[in-house]
Amino acid sequence: MRPLTADRRYPDAPRARAPQQGYVPQAAYTPAPRRDPAPTRMAYRMQRLWLTPAFRVLMRVGVPVLCVAAVGAIAFGPEARRNAIFAQVGEWRQAIENRPEFRVSVLQVTGASPSLDAAIREMLDVKLPVSRFAIDLEAAATRIRTLDAVAQAEVKVGSGGVLSVQITERKPALIWRKEAELDLLDASGRRVAQVLERADRPDLPVVTGLGADKAAAEALAIVAAAKPVLPRLRGLVRIGERRWDLVLDRDQRILLPADNPVRALERLLALDKAEDLLGRDIIAVDLRNQARPTIRLSADALRSLRRAKGLETLENAL
Amino acid sequence: MTDLYHSQRAMRNMRRAAMQRGVVAILDIGSSKIACLVLRFDGPERRRETDGVGSMAGQSQFRIIGAATTRSRGVRFGEIHAMNETERAIRTAVQAAQKMANVRVDHVIACFSGAEPRSYGLAGEIELADSVVTEHDVARALAACDMPDIGQGREVLHAQPVNFALDHRTGMGDPRGQIGNRLACDMHLLSVEASVVQNLFYCINRCDLEVAGIASSAYVSGISSLVEDEQELGAACIDMGGGSTGISIFIKKHMIYADSVRMGGDHITSDIAKGLQVPMTVAERIKTKHGGVHATSMDDREMIEIGGDSGDWEKDRRQVSRTELIGIIRPRVEEILEEARVRLDAAGFEHLPSQQIVLTGGASQIPGLDGLAARILGQRVRLGRPLRIQGLPQAVTGPAFSSSVGLCLFATHPQDEWWDFDIPAERYPARSLKRAIKWFRDNW
Repeated sequence: MRPLTADRRYPDAPRARAPQQGYVPQAAYTPAPRRDPAPTRMAYRMQRLWLTPAFRVLMRVGVPVLCVAAVGAIAFGPEARRNAIFAQVGEWRQAIENRPEFRVSVLQVTGASPSLDAAIREMLDVKLPVSRFAIDLEAAATRIRTLDAVAQAEVKVGSGGVLSVQITERKPALIWRKEAELDLLDASGRRVAQVLERADRPDLPVVTGLGADKAAAEALAIVAAAKPVLPRLRGLVRIGERRWDLVLDRDQRILLPADNPVRALERLLALDKAEDLLGRDIIAVDLRNQARPTIRLSADALRSLRRAKGLETLENAL
Repeated sequence: MTDLYHSQRAMRNMRRAAMQRGVVAILDIGSSKIACLVLRFDGPERRRETDGVGSMAGQSQFRIIGAATTRSRGVRFGEIHAMNETERAIRTAVQAAQKMANVRVDHVIACFSGAEPRSYGLAGEIELADSVVTEHDVARALAACDMPDIGQGREVLHAQPVNFALDHRTGMGDPRGQIGNRLACDMHLLSVEASVVQNLFYCINRCDLEVAGIASSAYVSGISSLVEDEQELGAACIDMGGGSTGISIFIKKHMIYADSVRMGGDHITSDIAKGLQVPMTVAERIKTKHGGVHATSMDDREMIEIGGDSGDWEKDRRQVSRTELIGIIRPRVEEILEEARVRLDAAGFEHLPSQQIVLTGGASQIPGLDGLAARILGQRVRLGRPLRIQGLPQAVTGPAFSSSVGLCLFATHPQDEWWDFDIPAERYPARSLKRAIKWFRDNW
């Protein structure tokens, strides 16, 4: 459909002339060869295989597991190599443990009396210096806690290679006289130590009788309540693992009830304060029946009483 | 015909199994590009309550999760020309689509445009044994259609019942369960060259894929680019592809005619290449960038640099006016459209109640084509684009992909075909028995 009066066919075409220096002729349409590569049959199949779910799981999980297992089997299979590996690992471990940073050279025991200190040192039995890893702190603490005199023990390795043992000692509160020996008991009735004689600890009250350690707290309460008669107190006797007898000097006995002994004792002491009851010649005060406290006079006193009343009795063994 | 006929039945089952499994691929083997879409089926539509009406009127129970196109190689006129090249192109497209979808696809539904499709209208009629029409009766009616002579070396690609008549009532979509005495059916049969289909099967099988369905691209692009009332009232779809132009006529939502013109966009390109003496790639580029069919005086002044790298200054600096380019393009487009007109006339398109013609396909994107087509084909011409379906990338929404999209719809909602009905019971055993007797007679 070109018009008849067409102008030149290529009106804008430049004249043929030598291209200028550095001018690169640029064609309007030089489409770069489009890259459209087809996958090879192998690549195509591989991709399809990879998109198969079971295969993916196999490759993602199965093959790594298999590889690790294979390496492990190869490394640890032969006995000699296995032993060599373990030996090497042990050697490294040894080298690290023996470094000076981990060395323990001082044993420090705090909060213990000298005798207990010696006992603990003997019990721990560590040959210093030693590696920090060679000491089982928990076991050592447990072992120390088996000592009767120790209430609490804490074992730790402090800075500067100090093995510090923190001890809380049990405080003896009672002396428990058994057949031939004297034990110290703390406030809860736990045995603390042995004493050779009563005079070693004159500050502590003495208890005796079977099961006295189990009622140590009650005994201490009774002793506290018996403060006015404390200079006369010789000790407490546990009767039938049930109740206490308070023993004063001149072989006076106060038989306390099984329940509420402190209150009974306080009533007696009030009576004593008013009437000087205990200063009189009586053998025992029986407070077991609270409704009817009873006193037992000594033989002389009874005789004098009867005589004063004008009663003549036949003397007998009673 | 036996080969494809039997495999159609198997393919139908395979397609059902693939949809059950959830993933199926769509392969549009065209002369200029090969497109592969990967469809994932999610079961019934989920977003129904939020959207009001579901997208695509509830048809979209699937979603496209992978799409790839590649330049077609070894395909001419919609037929496989170089097997190895085509196989490589299919591999490229399938691999890229799989990579995008990140799933492996095993089943492929393919369409192609060539192989000289020919339409036949068949009619069959039976007396009903029982007064109620059953599925078995439908199968008998279909089997009663007499097979036309489709020629040596041709196969049936589509055989769809398009109409049922029961006694004097006609135009029934589904006669099952209705009461009558005589059941008649009309069937549309599309035959293609057997060797082309076999090549296609072979080519796809070599890519480790299984063919789960096959369709004519004229049919499937009609499905996607004709809107529902056009399909109902009657319309023709002209799918202008690269190597061939497919023509399909729809009425009452059934395809009643399909044909193809063995000319397309590639011929326009080769005309330009010959006329301007440029390589095909350059010609293709000039066509897509400056092409048109109506020259105006403005086009005289619009000079197009042709370029080249021959080293000859004069040759490489050539320019051509757009008018000249249009002068090359237009006769070929006219020829294609006139050829299509001839096919439509031969099919009796003018007797249809609606004369709507829809142009689609890659070559329909030439500017001004609708005006030219209106002069040749009639006034009611429009340019069609495929339906929008879920997950379709923007690059794949153009008219060049109407057969791909139509194939998706075909895959999900296939029309009943002949082989979907059971083989009539009285035929099958009798024939085999007869054959056995004949074999005995012949041999003893």
